[in-house]
Amino acid sequence: MSLATLSFTLAFVAGALVLSIWLKLGLQKDIIVATVRSTIQLLVVGYILKVVFKLDNPLFIGLMVMLMMVVATQNAAKRGKGIKRVWWRIFVAITATEVATQGLLLGLRITPATPRYIIPLSGMIVGNAMIVSGLLLNRFISEASSHRGEILATLALGGTPKQSIMPFLKNAIRASMIPTIDSAKTTGLVQLPGMMTGLIVAGADPIQAVRYQLLILFSITASAALTSIVLGFLTYPQFFTRLQQLVLPE
Amino acid sequence: MSQRARNVTESGAPGIRHTSSSSGDFATDASIEFRHVGKSMKQGNQIVPVLRDLSGVIPHGCVVTLVGPSGSGKSTLLSLCNLLITPDEGEVYVHGREVREWSIPRLRQTVGLVFQSPAMFPGTVMDNLQYGPQLRGETLGNPKRVLQSVGLAEDMLARDAGELSGGQKQRIALARTLVNNPEVLLLDEVTSALDPSAARDVEEWILKVHEERGTTLLWVTHSLEQARRVGDWTWLLVDGQMAEVAPTEEFFETPKSDVTARFLAGELGGGAS
Repeated sequence: MSLATLSFTLAFVAGALVLSIWLKLGLQKDIIVATVRSTIQLLVVGYILKVVFKLDNPLFIGLMVMLMMVVATQNAAKRGKGIKRVWWRIFVAITATEVATQGLLLGLRITPATPRYIIPLSGMIVGNAMIVSGLLLNRFISEASSHRGEILATLALGGTPKQSIMPFLKNAIRASMIPTIDSAKTTGLVQLPGMMTGLIVAGADPIQAVRYQLLILFSITASAALTSIVLGFLTYPQFFTRLQQLVLPE
Repeated sequence: MSQRARNVTESGAPGIRHTSSSSGDFATDASIEFRHVGKSMKQGNQIVPVLRDLSGVIPHGCVVTLVGPSGSGKSTLLSLCNLLITPDEGEVYVHGREVREWSIPRLRQTVGLVFQSPAMFPGTVMDNLQYGPQLRGETLGNPKRVLQSVGLAEDMLARDAGELSGGQKQRIALARTLVNNPEVLLLDEVTSALDPSAARDVEEWILKVHEERGTTLLWVTHSLEQARRVGDWTWLLVDGQMAEVAPTEEFFETPKSDVTARFLAGELGGGAS
């Protein structure tokens, strides 16, 4: 696709801008910023990937994956405001997920250890882990706030912090995984997933594309569960003091 | 006044004690002792003192009713006793040991707390009664007897706890706490959300438990009639400070301080009822 052809798709953005102005939605600035940012980010990433693929050096692959994890952590941390040292907890959860998932894929030789596979797959795993982290923190804070009475009642009966908050942590873990699970349930029926679509558009055999998509689907479902559970268990102690008193994030 | 409380108060009246050090100078008959307790809490953007240099002793088996205007620090004082809150200054002793030196689960079993709005856990009445023992990996021996101890029929065990009336929920919350066999019971306006008949019912069952088990009660109430009915001693808290400590009858009949007289006249808010 040439750049000139691509530029025609800006007509969609113009349409969205017209609608925003017409309906007085006040989204014009956000739409323009989002368009400019995504264009610059993707073009830059495209050129960086070209170089990294060409070099095929583990150091650059590692740096690229690390950059993804830092940006994902930074973004998810906004959902956990008020929780002490939440940044590091998210980073550990995302790293654990990435290491476990890629470790399995590479260790069992499911995917080749080349940047062409590692980087896009990492992007999908880390991106989904970021969304799950944000959802988990958001839901966990609201669950703990709305069930403060039950948590205090459990503590007052001699229960431990873990016993008092576990039902609400489980609710938050479940809620954070719902989008990933629902998306897996309806995949192919409601939407054709991104990777599969990309492969088919690029001329790959649809059956081969489906296989890769299933690989992604299984990886991100497992990684969603892993991120959510690791982050939940790393986070809940922050809701209590050393003397087992409830302190909700402000 | 209960027989046990009467014996205790004859031997040594509860009240304000000023101790100069924290080295074992507590009353040996004390269930709870507060020594120069101070606590500040965040309200909006400000840190506001809630309790200020508060001292007092509650002997074993005594019923102390804690009254005072809204926001005077009554609930905070209760929460200090089972370490749901830590004092910023001073010490709180339960059975002669500072609360921070206790094993926390053990302290919270010994000092039970019943809240104003009882939180029911999902499941049946039976599930709620078993909750405390389950936390320790134990099973509840005789749930029917526990229900009877708060005046509820055995056939309630299978009912959904969430569907009970306010009075029934409060009794289940009380029974759930009593399963732990607490030696001290902290009651935070436990009848204020109930209709008068249910409130009187719950009150009578609490007093029955107190008579049978000799449980020490620290009872926060907004109802002065209730404070007068149930208390051996009454403490008045105003602006986080102990304004008066007196035997309940004396407190209501011949208040020593002007603040108490004004509170009883309803001038400070939260008192007259």
